[in-house]
Amino acid sequence: MAKVPVQFTLNGSEKAEFIDSGTTLLNALRDKIGDTSPKGGCHQGTCGACSVIIDGELRLSCLTLAETCNGAAITTTSGLAEGGVLHPLQRAFLDAFATQCGFCTPGMIMAAKVLLDHTPNPSRDEVVEALSGNICRCTGYEPIIQAVLTAARANSQNAA
Amino acid sequence: MAIRRGRGVAAINYPTGMNLGGDPTQALVHSTPTGNFMVTLSSVDLGQGMKQIMAQICAETIGVPTDRVVVDTADTDTGPHCMGTFASRGTHRAGNAVIQAAKEARQVMLEVAAEELEVNASDLETDGQGNILVKGAPQKSISIFDVALSAHFKRGRSISGRGMFLIPRSYPEKETGAMKPSTCYAHACTVAEVEVDDETGEVTVLTVKNVFEIGRALNPKMVEQQLVGGSWMGISHALYETTEPYYPNRDHGGTDFNQYLMPGPGDLAETEIIVLERPSADGPYGAKGPGEMCANPQIPAVANAVFDAVGVRIDTLPITPERILRALKAQAN
Repeated sequence: MAKVPVQFTLNGSEKAEFIDSGTTLLNALRDKIGDTSPKGGCHQGTCGACSVIIDGELRLSCLTLAETCNGAAITTTSGLAEGGVLHPLQRAFLDAFATQCGFCTPGMIMAAKVLLDHTPNPSRDEVVEALSGNICRCTGYEPIIQAVLTAARANSQNAA
Repeated sequence: MAIRRGRGVAAINYPTGMNLGGDPTQALVHSTPTGNFMVTLSSVDLGQGMKQIMAQICAETIGVPTDRVVVDTADTDTGPHCMGTFASRGTHRAGNAVIQAAKEARQVMLEVAAEELEVNASDLETDGQGNILVKGAPQKSISIFDVALSAHFKRGRSISGRGMFLIPRSYPEKETGAMKPSTCYAHACTVAEVEVDDETGEVTVLTVKNVFEIGRALNPKMVEQQLVGGSWMGISHALYETTEPYYPNRDHGGTDFNQYLMPGPGDLAETEIIVLERPSADGPYGAKGPGEMCANPQIPAVANAVFDAVGVRIDTLPITPERILRALKAQAN
C-alpha cells in the first residue's frame, strides 16, 4: 500500500512521517514516532485512555486518522513537563495518589488540561463532567477529581 | 410510587492469602558493588504498590534508606517462585520472604564490616542512613558503600540472602471438617445509605462509611489509596458489573468491556474511610492484606440497604433495577 506523508507539531517539535493510509493517530504516535504516553485501551473511543490535545481541543487519538492531522499542533502527556519540572497537573496527580496502575492517567491528565485551559477555576461538577469520558478501574475517581481541583488552585495562586 | 431510603450494614472477616496446595513465595536479595540492594521477586506490581512496599521492608530489615533498594518483579521464567498477586497476599507472603532474605544479607554485610573495622559483627549496628557503626562508639564506622566494595573486590563475599515464606496447606479434620485456611485475617465493616426508586428500580448510593482493620499500614497513603478505590469497586460489584447484563438471554450479553458497566466519576457516593491498625502476629512488620478485601463489605451492605429501603432481598449480583422490580412484583403478588 502506498504510504502517505503526514506532518504536524508534537509537543512543540516538528514531526514528519510516511504512514499507511488509515493509520490512527494513536498508532502513528506510539509505533512510528515513539510517544507511548497515549494508551490504547478500547480502540473504540469509549475509555479515553488515548486522549490527546489537537489544536487546543481534546481528541480521541484512536478514532482520529493521522493523515487528518497535517499541520496540526498536538500535545500529549509526555510533552507537559518542562526541563524536568512536572506540569502542575502531573504534580497534583502524584501528590493526591491519583494513579495506581497508571493506564488511564495520561488520558485523564489530557482531559483535565483542556478543562483548566478553558476553565481555570472549575467547580467540582465541571471537573466530573470533564473526566466523564475517561474510565479508571483503580482509584475510585475521587483522588483524580481532587488532583484536578488542587492543580486548578495552584494555577490560580501562581497567576495571582 | 416513591423514592425510598434505606441503610444497611455488613462486616467481613477476610483471610490473607489462600489455602489450596500451600501458599509459598520466595525472594532473593543481593547487594550491588556500590551497596545498593536488589530484591528479586516473581510477584507482580499491578499498580497497588508492591515494589514500594517491598523496598520499604527490605530497607527496614537491612537498615538502609528505601531509595537504596531496587525491586525487580515478575519474571516467572527466571525469578524465585511466587504464587502471584491476588487474594490480598502480596504484602504478607512476599514481605515475609523479603524479610528473611534481607536478614541473611544483612548478616553477611555486618560480617564484612566487622572484618574491615576489626570488631565482632555482633557489636555492629546500622544507622538507617547507609552507615554501619560500632555500638557505643559511633565514631568508629564504615559506609555500606565501602562494605560492598570490600565484599566484592577484596573479601570475595556475596552480600546476599534467600527468603522463603510458606503457609502450608491445611487439610480439614475428617470428623469435624475443621481447618485453618489462613493464619492472618483482616476485617472491615461498611454502612451504606441508598435511595431506591420503587417505580424504576434504580439505586443511588448516597453514602458509604467504611472501617478497615488491616494490621500495620506499612505505607499509610498507599493503604488509603487502595481503600478508596476498593470501596468504589465494591459499589461497582454490588450494582453494576456483570458479563451478562441482559437477562435471561446470553445472546444479548455484552461482547467486550465497553458493555461492562462501572460507575463513572459522576456516580460517586460520599465515601468515608477509617483505618484501624492491629498489627498481625505473622505479618511483615505487622501487615495484613488490604488489597482484595477492601472491595467486599460494600456488597452485602448495599444489599441490606436495599432491603431496608424497599423490603426485598436481592441475592444475585449485581443488584440491577430489573432484579429489584421483579422482586417487588413477586412481593406484591
